[in-house]
Amino acid sequence: MVIFGKRIPMVFAILVWLVLWEVIGRLELLFLIPPFLDVLKALVNLFVTKKFYEALTISVQAFATGVGLAVVIGIPLGVLMGRVKFVDRLLGMWVNVFVSAPLTAIVPALMVIVGFGQATVVVTVVLFSVWIIALDTRAGVKSINPSLLEMTRSFGAKKIEVYTKVIFWAALPEILAGLRLGMIRGVRGVVVGQLLIAIMGIGELFELYSRNFLMDRFWALVIFIFLFAYLVSELVNRLEHRVEFYAGTR
Amino acid sequence: MSAKQKTGFNPRFLWKLLSLVLVFGAWELAGRKPISIAFPTFSATAVAFFRMIADGTLPTAFGVTLQPLAVGILIIGTSGILFGILMGLYRTFEWFTLPVFIIVQSAPMAALIPLITFLYGIGFVAKVLAVVLMAAPVIVLNSYKGIRNASPTLIQMSKSFLGNRSQQIFKIIIPDASGLIFAGLRLGIASGFIGIVLAELLITPTGIGDLITYYRALALYPQMFASIVAIVVFATVVVSALQWLEALLFRRERLAA
Amino acid sequence: MQNNTIIEIKGLKKTYAGGVEALANIDLKIPQGELTTLLGPSGCGKTTLLKIIAGLLDKTEGEVLIKGERIKGPGPERAFVFQDFALMPWATVIRNVAFGLELRGVPKKERYEIARRYIDEVGLSGFDKAYPHELSGGMRQRVGLARALAVDAEILLMDEPFASVDEQTRRKFQEDLLNLLKIEKKTVVFVTHSIEEAVYVSDQVVLLSPRPSKVMRIVDTRLDGVENVEDIRRDRKYLDVVEDLWQILKQYLI
Repeated sequence: MVIFGKRIPMVFAILVWLVLWEVIGRLELLFLIPPFLDVLKALVNLFVTKKFYEALTISVQAFATGVGLAVVIGIPLGVLMGRVKFVDRLLGMWVNVFVSAPLTAIVPALMVIVGFGQATVVVTVVLFSVWIIALDTRAGVKSINPSLLEMTRSFGAKKIEVYTKVIFWAALPEILAGLRLGMIRGVRGVVVGQLLIAIMGIGELFELYSRNFLMDRFWALVIFIFLFAYLVSELVNRLEHRVEFYAGTR
Repeated sequence: MSAKQKTGFNPRFLWKLLSLVLVFGAWELAGRKPISIAFPTFSATAVAFFRMIADGTLPTAFGVTLQPLAVGILIIGTSGILFGILMGLYRTFEWFTLPVFIIVQSAPMAALIPLITFLYGIGFVAKVLAVVLMAAPVIVLNSYKGIRNASPTLIQMSKSFLGNRSQQIFKIIIPDASGLIFAGLRLGIASGFIGIVLAELLITPTGIGDLITYYRALALYPQMFASIVAIVVFATVVVSALQWLEALLFRRERLAA
Repeated sequence: MQNNTIIEIKGLKKTYAGGVEALANIDLKIPQGELTTLLGPSGCGKTTLLKIIAGLLDKTEGEVLIKGERIKGPGPERAFVFQDFALMPWATVIRNVAFGLELRGVPKKERYEIARRYIDEVGLSGFDKAYPHELSGGMRQRVGLARALAVDAEILLMDEPFASVDEQTRRKFQEDLLNLLKIEKKTVVFVTHSIEEAVYVSDQVVLLSPRPSKVMRIVDTRLDGVENVEDIRRDRKYLDVVEDLWQILKQYLI
């Protein structure tokens, strides 16, 4: 966008939308849209609410544990699938099914098996994120130039060294891509898990604010979650950029 | 590693069969162990599944579930693709809309579903909206990317043969982008399934969501699991069919070019 | 006058899974300290043979003896140079060159010193900290060569090392290789499908038949009369040998 010959970065577009939001809110055009500044105030207030911190702690714990587990399971699974044809043929079908299936339908089943607690949310996060992590890791491992592996063997590397010194680094761009997508899905897992269980965490707060028509707080929470998801994925994106330089020449 | 004898069958089919047998076998064992009283065996689930098809429970439920899904996809498919194309073609439009979608693409849209309940109550419209909300980001962004990444060489070529802008758009850019647009549609439909299931579990129990909730309340776990399997299988079949179609329509083109 | 045999190949056969018979019956003695080229028509299994010698491929039948001992996989006395360079793109030049030593547990300071020496030797001084994607094809292959030299193996195995670089760089490489080998006393087994390259760099050329390959002829290509490497391409014997080999290989192109 160019005004008076000066190029304006896209970030300013967001500003325009926020102004629009404020105006719509002030004019009370839509019942559900309070003025943006009110929402901002509510956002700031959230941070001093004890309830919010409790909800946040629970949710972040579930997210971190879930994604951590998904990584610990997903990356080795992806490496195995990429290196061992037998495993790939056996499990490949399932990973592909679960990566695009409506896993939300499985959450009620988790609730009856695992219970109504934090554990279920963690399992939901793992369920949502692990497949894409495994799939992308597999893709990274499969794209390694065979010469690179032969070279490592020709200089007498032990099997474990081949994995730690070469395979992991060569597949890293794809692994990070999988991690980023896995984290996005993980946030969704926390939200969905908590919405369905609706007795704790951010999910509880959503229900609470919606039920009581506390729209400014509701939107504040929405903004918070959206920003959180965006930041988390941007962080991994930065990491991806740092290894991008060699993705082309593998 | 064992060497499998080459039979007359396609070996990949055999592997898939083996994989199915293994997972179903493990499921059966886990159900018998049992992992939990709420975890039915594979056989019990399978029996419930076929019974529910036979007595019409599943087909009816699917009929109810698929309606808002189809309507939602129709709406967001057409408008989303159009939106994405416009974003790709007109810089000013892109400037205003892209930042919003970039933030939204990583966002858990599911968080907005409780909100829908207030806007549109608990009816058909609410569920259509849930589908639209979940599918919109990926459909719009894929169409946008397809247009923006249309081959510069081909565009230059059309200019060199004195093509006008309209010809450029309809004969070159959109066809070149069609691969990504279709991919976006496919991913959008997958997201749409997620949206409708979420809506049915959260907003109002109808269709498959209703079955799942109902059987859970009655502790009829084989039927509950059968319902879950039904929707997962259905969604998978639809998405796979789209993938196959996509490969048919677009990869061949790429290879020929 | 032949030197001692350092690599002895007896009755080597190689059949790939799926029934493709690459090597039919190879009997070969490779002399120490000289450059032996494996030459043959496309697809004749010369790379297969080289990789079996390297220990990177399994044989179906027969024996490969190095200094009288049967080989079991790769070993410290052999170093391989790859056609597509096989560099680690996330590592700097110096780390790549030192990689063989790194795998042997040589401490960092020591192996980087050694690496630096060979980086200079192959003509890449100053490029220690560069990354592969910043280098041209020719430079990347120099890194591959430096890496193979750095581990100080007696035997250098080179798989069409100059095939992926342009013609001009290739000619320079061939000259540089010969000059380098005057300093480093190594046994080299070289694979190429270029007749001129074979005759230029080698002391003898082993001609392989098309698949399933056997040793057809061994041609002596030593050019004792020539002082400077620049004069080789106009030497009478060079031109005669190239022509002879071409006449033999031509038959297999039809």
